[in-house]
Amino acid sequence: MNVVASLLDLVAIALFILGLHFLNAPPTARLGNRLAAIGMFIALVMVLVQTLGIGWWAIAIGTVIGATIGVVAAVRVKMTAMPQMVALYNGAGGGAAALIGVVEYAVFLASGHGALDPVVSISLVLSMIIGAISFAGSIIAFLKLQEVMTGRPITYPGQQVVNALILLAILGIGGWFVATGGALPIGAFYALLAAALALGVLFVLPIGGADMPVVISLLNSFTGLAVAITGFEIDSVLLIICGALVGASGTILTVDMGRAMNRSITNVLFGAFGSGDGSEPAAAGSGGPQNVRAVSADDVAVMLAYASKVMFVPGYGMAVAQAQHSVKALADQLEARGVRVLYAIHPVAGRMPGHMNVLLAEANVPYEQLLDMEDANTEFSTTDVALVIGANDVTNPAARNVTSSPIYGMPILDVDKAANVIVLKRSMRSGFAGIDNPLYEMPNCAMLFGDAKASVDGLTAAVKAL
Amino acid sequence: MTDVNHLIELLTVLVLAVFVGFEVISKVPTTLHTPLMSATNAIHGIVLAGAIVVTAAFFAGGGSNAFVTALAIVAVTLGAINVFGGFAVTERMLQMFRRKEGGK
Repeated sequence: MNVVASLLDLVAIALFILGLHFLNAPPTARLGNRLAAIGMFIALVMVLVQTLGIGWWAIAIGTVIGATIGVVAAVRVKMTAMPQMVALYNGAGGGAAALIGVVEYAVFLASGHGALDPVVSISLVLSMIIGAISFAGSIIAFLKLQEVMTGRPITYPGQQVVNALILLAILGIGGWFVATGGALPIGAFYALLAAALALGVLFVLPIGGADMPVVISLLNSFTGLAVAITGFEIDSVLLIICGALVGASGTILTVDMGRAMNRSITNVLFGAFGSGDGSEPAAAGSGGPQNVRAVSADDVAVMLAYASKVMFVPGYGMAVAQAQHSVKALADQLEARGVRVLYAIHPVAGRMPGHMNVLLAEANVPYEQLLDMEDANTEFSTTDVALVIGANDVTNPAARNVTSSPIYGMPILDVDKAANVIVLKRSMRSGFAGIDNPLYEMPNCAMLFGDAKASVDGLTAAVKAL
Repeated sequence: MTDVNHLIELLTVLVLAVFVGFEVISKVPTTLHTPLMSATNAIHGIVLAGAIVVTAAFFAGGGSNAFVTALAIVAVTLGAINVFGGFAVTERMLQMFRRKEGGK
């Protein structure tokens, strides 16, 4: 039986790797996800068979409740809320890894053995700490993105010192646990768990909403790491491999995202970006009211209808307003009039890389029309109208030339190079980075205020009426 | 587990899997980064297998402590949320990438 189970585990692992491979290209991505799901099914059935039904009712209760919550939430969630959904599922995985450590420790205590094997004690403590940090951090990331709590960085004096002290306490108790082979007062063990949870909360609190994609990606790789270490704890090659695959992918994604924002991971984690204090006001034009030009939908409609090339620049505002279908309808109207319509996608527009692509794909926008940042930037100088739909920081020219700006050096979409720029925006509120955008005061830029969906629908109607 | 050779084997597997992860994943285009993050998130849902194993071990060792029983059930629940929710949400994202030939 063990040989068969091990071989089937190998099949599952091969399916995971193949699945990830097929996720490389849009046409095969769904196949990839399904292969991975089949692998998961095989692996889980094998585990169930090997546990011989011991504690079956507890396993059944947990699985049924978890599967129901997971699937119902996945089916019901709006496309715009996907990023925080991923954060939540990731947190669940981290929490599971942490609790496995706790239960494993309880099993050891009940067994009455003298001391834990060093490999088990080290991996138990590490997976519990990392899993708990990932769990608590993911919950905070979810609350920030869901706007249950402020997306702004939350800072207080001595924050890093407090975090460092908690980390020291964790390392101290963890070291004690390993040194004594698990012979700790039970209170100290739970204090360790509590400290890890607190660190997870405290390290995400000072990070602004704009950086949440990076944080979720980082926490995703944390959970992967915790799962891999859990594999050492319970001697499972399957967990080690899956955890390592995810740890590696999460790291790559995190670095990629950081690079797109021109910010190092340490800067994201410790920079308290956009906190609104420090040298920022000087860079942002003293933060006073900006002189901007507002236009009407009819004016913009004329401009769009007689353009030869229009570039749509979607951002989080489009996601919030669920405007992707309206945007596609406007594009259809313009294309019917012979206007060439393209979409400029900044790698970190929205709240996750690829967020805009997913939304526009939902609205049936062909992906050949979606240009990545480099391609889009070569097109702006020949673009008649750049229509910025709820994007802000990724179009901020301060990133190019204001060395004191907090986003200086971040690669942006050069929308200001287009002949005309129309910005669809709810209000003059600043973007997630919390800074002014000098683009809005440029002579070729005008603002169309209102909810992105309402504004785009208005434009479509106005173009149709021409 | 005190067997050093076995530990070395596991570490070898870990290191190789990390390299496979880097290789197979570093080619994914930005377009698919969100679905990819979601898919990898689902794959670490294998933690459910770990939760099942320790729950069974707990009951095999007597398993009468109600508090630990509750923790074990919660561990399984969280693992199940991760794996089932993870794959379902990835599938939903990818449904939007179906090919539309010819346009409308």
